[in-house]
Amino acid sequence: MLELEARAEPSRLMSCLSPLLAVALMLAGGLLVFSALGKDPGEGFRVFFLNPIKDLYGISELLLKATPLMLCAIGLAIGFRANIWNIGAEGQFMLGAVAATGIALHFDASDGALLLPAMVVAGALGGAAWAAIPALLRTRFNANEILVSLMLVYVAQLFVSWLVFGPWMDPDGFNFPQTRMFGDAALLPALLDGTRLHLGFALAITVLVAGHAFMNRSHAGFRMRVAGQAPDAARYAGFSAARTVWTGLLLGGAAAGLAGMAEVAGPMGQLTDKVGSGYGFAAIIVAFVGRLNAFGIFLASLLMALLYIGGEQAQQYLNLPSSISMVFQGMLLFFLLGADVLINYRLRLRRRAG
Amino acid sequence: MSDRTPPPAASGAPPRLQLEGIGKVYPGVVANEGIDLAVRPGEIRAILGENGAGKSTLMKIIYGVTRPSAGRILWEGQAVQVENPAHARSLGIGMVFQHFSLFETLSVAENVALALPGRPALDELSRRIAEVSERYGLPVDPRRRIHALSVGERQRVEIIRCLLQHPRLLILDEPTSVLTPQAVRKLFGTLRQLSAEGCSILYISHKLDEIQALCHTATVLRGGRVSGECIPARETAQSMASLMIGRALPHCEHTAARADGELRLRLAGLSHASDDPFGTDLQDIHLDLHAGEVVGIAGVSGNGQQALLRAISGEDTLAEKFPVQICGVEAGRLGPAQRRRLGLCFVPEERLGRGVVPDLSLADNALLTAAYSQAMVAAGFLRAGRAHRFARRCIEAFGVKCGGSGALAGSLSGGNLQKFIIGREILQAPKVFVCAQPTWGVDVGAAAFIRQSIIDLRDRGCAVLVVSEEVDELFEICDRIAVIAKGRLSPARPAAGATVEEIGVWMSGMWPGAEPATHVEAANA
Repeated sequence: MLELEARAEPSRLMSCLSPLLAVALMLAGGLLVFSALGKDPGEGFRVFFLNPIKDLYGISELLLKATPLMLCAIGLAIGFRANIWNIGAEGQFMLGAVAATGIALHFDASDGALLLPAMVVAGALGGAAWAAIPALLRTRFNANEILVSLMLVYVAQLFVSWLVFGPWMDPDGFNFPQTRMFGDAALLPALLDGTRLHLGFALAITVLVAGHAFMNRSHAGFRMRVAGQAPDAARYAGFSAARTVWTGLLLGGAAAGLAGMAEVAGPMGQLTDKVGSGYGFAAIIVAFVGRLNAFGIFLASLLMALLYIGGEQAQQYLNLPSSISMVFQGMLLFFLLGADVLINYRLRLRRRAG
Repeated sequence: MSDRTPPPAASGAPPRLQLEGIGKVYPGVVANEGIDLAVRPGEIRAILGENGAGKSTLMKIIYGVTRPSAGRILWEGQAVQVENPAHARSLGIGMVFQHFSLFETLSVAENVALALPGRPALDELSRRIAEVSERYGLPVDPRRRIHALSVGERQRVEIIRCLLQHPRLLILDEPTSVLTPQAVRKLFGTLRQLSAEGCSILYISHKLDEIQALCHTATVLRGGRVSGECIPARETAQSMASLMIGRALPHCEHTAARADGELRLRLAGLSHASDDPFGTDLQDIHLDLHAGEVVGIAGVSGNGQQALLRAISGEDTLAEKFPVQICGVEAGRLGPAQRRRLGLCFVPEERLGRGVVPDLSLADNALLTAAYSQAMVAAGFLRAGRAHRFARRCIEAFGVKCGGSGALAGSLSGGNLQKFIIGREILQAPKVFVCAQPTWGVDVGAAAFIRQSIIDLRDRGCAVLVVSEEVDELFEICDRIAVIAKGRLSPARPAAGATVEEIGVWMSGMWPGAEPATHVEAANA
């Protein structure tokens, strides 16, 4: 019979292989889903995973979709490594978008070169401010940041709705819940002509590199790792627990806020009530599939973006429901958690004795 | 030693437990190989060996925690396969683990109830626990939750839990490390009583004097194999030590302390209410610690040692500045990192998870406390090279057996890890060195080395404070000894003039000038 046997120590190899195994199982599961829905699995696979990246434009769309995911995920990873469970990146994303929109609308007439940098700063601050609420409640009253950050997502959503249905609604927008389109000076310039890929992608790569340096090379990042793995050791070493909470949440919020800014100043060009499209939640999966590691997050965000775009293609060409993306996301996380068992255990074939 | 009962006469009855050729192979490690062992009814047999000699693995096999890879077990003449601990208990085997197997969030009575068959009523059980704890001199309140108990108190719960089940074979894994000398004698009385009633006892220890005082027979393990058997009463400590570690027993050089050292650490009326409702409050503690001396603090665990150490290290900060003065600076409100910069180095009682992070390398663990003193951080970024160099220095200077500075701390044995932690703190050339339980669970060779390192540090002019529950150890290394009981600290008296007996009495709170006994009830006499 097949048994799980504890390993002497966690396998580093399996820790890297387990996301790949999860992807392979997800693909296999996907083929089964396609056949169960009466579609040719080969055709489904081609439409879902190959179509989106068959040309330069497709690849640029993939990178565009991956931009907010990698931004949110790297910020979350910093907190997750320190056992700070911020799952409200979605709300921080929206508040970043709101803050950047506020600057863009207020300086609507401006075409100054400082407008975009100001929006970047405002986006980061907006996200950080939203994340500061769970940080404050956690450090002052020991309120669980998982619940607080999650609930604030819904508050943020209602706040955005109130803005775009109320004070910020475009007067010439036929009552659609959206703001005016931003001026050219408030839009991130394109990186590649003829595509929608914008400067936000370069910003995301920069943040990934900075996040990597912070987590692995800085003393502050080291303190957070210790706080996550052994709180008593952090206390013994004299690392402040409150500072860990603040750093984890503020950096996570700022990165998510940046992603929100890049979304309204990039492909959307305005704020609408649909601004939060689940990137903040999907980024949690991206962070874990990427092993809370910058390079892993880069790859995982590309994969997740492919699932989003592939899902759209599947709707278009295969007549599958839009929830197909979510099915794939769910399978990915499910198989990852399953495969992670192999980091601490090995499979063993054993004949039953006696 | 005169009160040792003679070993029961050999009879025709089969041994209570017999092991034949027991072996256990873990991935990459041979923990046990070809072990033969027999225990007769009523026999107290010592299992003697250093850390890592395979004692604990062998006991886990007997208790059904792990399965042997080879050999067979005979219980009262019948071959058995011990499936799991519940099966072992139903056979009549009880075990007190070195690492406790208690649920932290449950009360004492609830923990005991979990180990008993059926669903015993908690009130009735609490009464039985109180009875047993009274009879065997193991005071513990059945209503308290485990997380609020000290290490020593948790061990008492483990012992009581076993005794409630009237075992026919009792396995004790280093049971005395947290007891007062008087309590050890009381426990030995209990064990002899159990033995006289016919209960067999396997007594795991590396303390030779205890084994000589208690055990009828001894099996010595080294490197996973039986290296010898003996009758402890006929051996000397040296002859047993050489069976155990393969060479003569090392001992420390301890010369008289300098008398004129400057004041380095002053506790001036330190009082601190515990956050924990069951914790011990510190009350008006005074102590002066000078350069070039070792002061020891003895006491039964759970009398405020943890709170005192946290207040000194800065893990608990105080409301006032003056009660803790480090090198002339009032440091009561400073955190651990700031106190470290004043010259304080501290070795905590728990190694894994507090002294080191198990999943980080030794180099990263060097960063934990030595980052500033060894300039391992520049402009907020880590200098990995310096961390590795410092970790390698600790490894070399303290003879840490490991896979190099990149080895994970969790992969080291207890003794090697303790050597690394002590090395990390000592090599920072502290002005004040505070060490809790320096040799807890460490083998004889490493313990002697650690004690010598502490004395050498003193000779280099460091002020050293050692908190230990092992009185013999304190007499070996300390110049002055104070006792902590119920959150109060006795005056420190020169170790040269004191006796173990006297310190033992002080450990129950009765030192000259202590508050009347109505206030400080006898803790453990």
